[in-house]
Amino acid sequence: MTISMPGTEPVLSFTDLDVKFGTEFGTVHAVKGISIEVRPGEVLALVGESGSGKSVTSMTALGLLPKNARVTGTITVGDQVIGELDEKGLRTMRGNDVAMVFQEPMTALNPVLTIGTQLTEALELHGIAFGKDADARAVELLRMVGIPEPERRVKQYPHEMSGGQRQRVVIAMAISCNPKVIIADEPTTALDVTVQADILDLLRSLKDKLDTGILLITHNMGVVADMADRVAVMLKGEIVETGTADEVLTRPQHEYTRRLLGSVPHLGQGPGQFGTAPVDQEVLPEGEVPALEVNKLVVEYKRLGKAPFRAVDEVSFTVNAGEIVGLVGESGSGKSTIARCALGLIPAESGDVKIFGHSFDGMRGKDAKALRKRIGVVFQDPASSLNPRFPIGECIAEPLQVHQVGDRRSRDAKVLELLDAVELPRSALNRYPHELSGGQRQRVSIARALTLDPELLVADEPTSALDVSVQASVLAMFTALQERYRFGCIFVSHDLAVIDLLAHRVVVLQDGRVVEQGKREDVLLNPSEEYTKRLLAAAPVPEPAEQRRRRDARHELLAQLGDEIVELHVN
Amino acid sequence: MTDPNTPHRPEKVPTPAGGGINPETSMMEPATGTTTTTEQKSYSQNQLVLRRFLRHKGAMASMIVLVFVTILAISSIGVGPIPGWWDKDYTRAANVINGGSPTLSLFPFTLGEHPFGQDSTGKDYFALVMRGTQISLLIAFVVGLLSTVIGTIIGGLAGFYRGWVESVLMRLTDLVIVIPLLVLAAVLGKIAASWGVWGLALMLALVTWTGLARLVRGEVLSLREREFVASARAIGTGSRRIIFKHILPNTVGVIIVSATLSIASAILLETALSFLGFGVRPPDVSLGSLISQYQNAFTTRPWLFWWPGLFILAIALTVNFIGDGLRDAFDPRQNRNKD
Repeated sequence: MTISMPGTEPVLSFTDLDVKFGTEFGTVHAVKGISIEVRPGEVLALVGESGSGKSVTSMTALGLLPKNARVTGTITVGDQVIGELDEKGLRTMRGNDVAMVFQEPMTALNPVLTIGTQLTEALELHGIAFGKDADARAVELLRMVGIPEPERRVKQYPHEMSGGQRQRVVIAMAISCNPKVIIADEPTTALDVTVQADILDLLRSLKDKLDTGILLITHNMGVVADMADRVAVMLKGEIVETGTADEVLTRPQHEYTRRLLGSVPHLGQGPGQFGTAPVDQEVLPEGEVPALEVNKLVVEYKRLGKAPFRAVDEVSFTVNAGEIVGLVGESGSGKSTIARCALGLIPAESGDVKIFGHSFDGMRGKDAKALRKRIGVVFQDPASSLNPRFPIGECIAEPLQVHQVGDRRSRDAKVLELLDAVELPRSALNRYPHELSGGQRQRVSIARALTLDPELLVADEPTSALDVSVQASVLAMFTALQERYRFGCIFVSHDLAVIDLLAHRVVVLQDGRVVEQGKREDVLLNPSEEYTKRLLAAAPVPEPAEQRRRRDARHELLAQLGDEIVELHVN
Repeated sequence: MTDPNTPHRPEKVPTPAGGGINPETSMMEPATGTTTTTEQKSYSQNQLVLRRFLRHKGAMASMIVLVFVTILAISSIGVGPIPGWWDKDYTRAANVINGGSPTLSLFPFTLGEHPFGQDSTGKDYFALVMRGTQISLLIAFVVGLLSTVIGTIIGGLAGFYRGWVESVLMRLTDLVIVIPLLVLAAVLGKIAASWGVWGLALMLALVTWTGLARLVRGEVLSLREREFVASARAIGTGSRRIIFKHILPNTVGVIIVSATLSIASAILLETALSFLGFGVRPPDVSLGSLISQYQNAFTTRPWLFWWPGLFILAIALTVNFIGDGLRDAFDPRQNRNKD
């Protein structure tokens, strides 16, 4: 199964690992007898969708599973067998031999302790350095991971740093005791794409320079292509395929791997990747009112004792009837704020938002309600955008109920029609949201958005909480529905590949301002602005060779722009 | 750890299908198949709660005891004009037999003439205690219900509307909280004395809603920021419908738990008030007033003290246990691992 490299003993190996959880409803078999190993200086990517057992596997290496877990099989770290260690042995092993980089750096760091304290804590607990030595070593570690002015930074708290810097601190903590192997559990999932590219650069230079083995857990095939030497694909607790990154990603053997790769949208391939493409939009006829017209919109959030925060700054764009406009940007670019403002959920500070020529400003009860009837909305997380106490049928019929459209029978008929349209079984009618999977739930919220045949749909990151295969099917369905119902749509996303798949026009946002807007082909294939170029260069593609080329191109671009390429500084 | 395989939230566990791709089924998430239920029965939220509650041994035992006490109190001496199976009345005095000591014996089991004994004037103490239990239970449930309604409405409005509505309502809550409960209840109890037991219950409800109001406000504050509220608003749902259809049903766990706990505390509060002489007026009795009335007889006729005390203990304890059971059942983070 694995490729043997002579002369290198694995630093982390799982043999016949099997994990069962005892729960109220019987046993859940999370990991079913898998065997993998990580060698020094090597990145093994463990790939799989949510629920495949990849995080559970990694937790066994640290002995950190909850008490109701039953683990069999052997896990060895270096020359130690995890199952044979007592609590004290485990504590010494954690950090010294295995370190962990978590997904969300804000929660992985203690908010009430300074960065310095948290770094020296690890050093002192493991007896590596004490007092002044430890402080000096902490500064050294921050310098290694490329944080500027480390002497000042050690005295700061996590909230004073950006997301990328926080993740660098977490990596600094992970390498503080020179571990043999680092387990990185979705280390870049919570980060923006440009920051993700930097963190991946850092991890790559880390394993080259320190000869650390890395077990990388991720669901993002682009990250795999960028980082991994070898890949293990996990499905429902079993490993279905292993091999080098090139083998698995370019010549997948197992059907599941092929399907998984087939569902990843490729940036640059444009619409039609999943069978359906949005229809080409004709030019707007003279005199027709655009579905949405945003004109010099400014949105500010008031803060106590401080100047208000300007989240959206003089943004202007239009969405014509039947047109999908993609709103792209990194976190904090104001894209969701614009979407919420278009829904009339947040007031505009100045400028205006016109929906079919009407504005929510100064509109009262009845008129506002009539205008809302023409807008549908899909939010990011279907788990929180559906009321947990409403059965699916009631959820979808809710807009009809609110606007008092039709009688009971016609409502039921409409709900059934929509369930068919979003390809859900009619039996889902009486289920509760928690009984459906993430993808099914998002289909329900799309169905609810379409209940009143809206002329404008506001979709705020509708697929980012979904697994990639589910995302593919939801996107395919979405474009098919758009073709059928011809609604105008603002589609907010941070994922350029998704936008590439379905938008007619693209608006790129940064810090609340429009950086660039225009036709999809123009913006995504031939960007004119520096920020758009950076964004596009940082988005990884799931083909190792292509990704290597893109990575070099990105480094060239950064050098051109006078930026530093992130790496580990070892002296 | 975000992996759904770790069973921190047990209600997610029974639906293992869904999320990913099934190797057996067609491309991507099967759009036509019902992935969720075929192999295992799936439970709705309410069924899950009921299931967890029924499994809670303490709560179930308490439920049985409470129901038994209630039935005993109502059926023995009857309600109003309807007579019960017990032949003696709690107001009628009689000859004191054998110093009024209890005739109840367990081995062999006999009730005797006066199972709980007699008081100094020869009234049957079993009938008195049963009447006291009736009144105490009545007060407890009326207070529990009323204070829950008041607390829910005030907390819900404050949490949903924010701004000056919240300021006014929450300062009012603070005001009620800072005045010592017993003093306030005593003063109000005095005023309401002329309306009898119902007046007393009303007054007690008016001073005990504060805790729930704060709890509900907190819940509503977090729920109103959830996306399903935003999307309800985006489709044009009115405030009243959002509060009563979308938000409050999601706080029902907190509300029910708090209601049971407030029932228990109402019994104790009424007991304390009656003990101080501000509660139920003679000739009517509550469990608290019985204790207060016969506190001097403690050394000579201890049973006059023990029987009502035992019933107060039983009711307060069982209601508390039921509240605990409900809290465990409603809180999905409660992690009970069998197997």
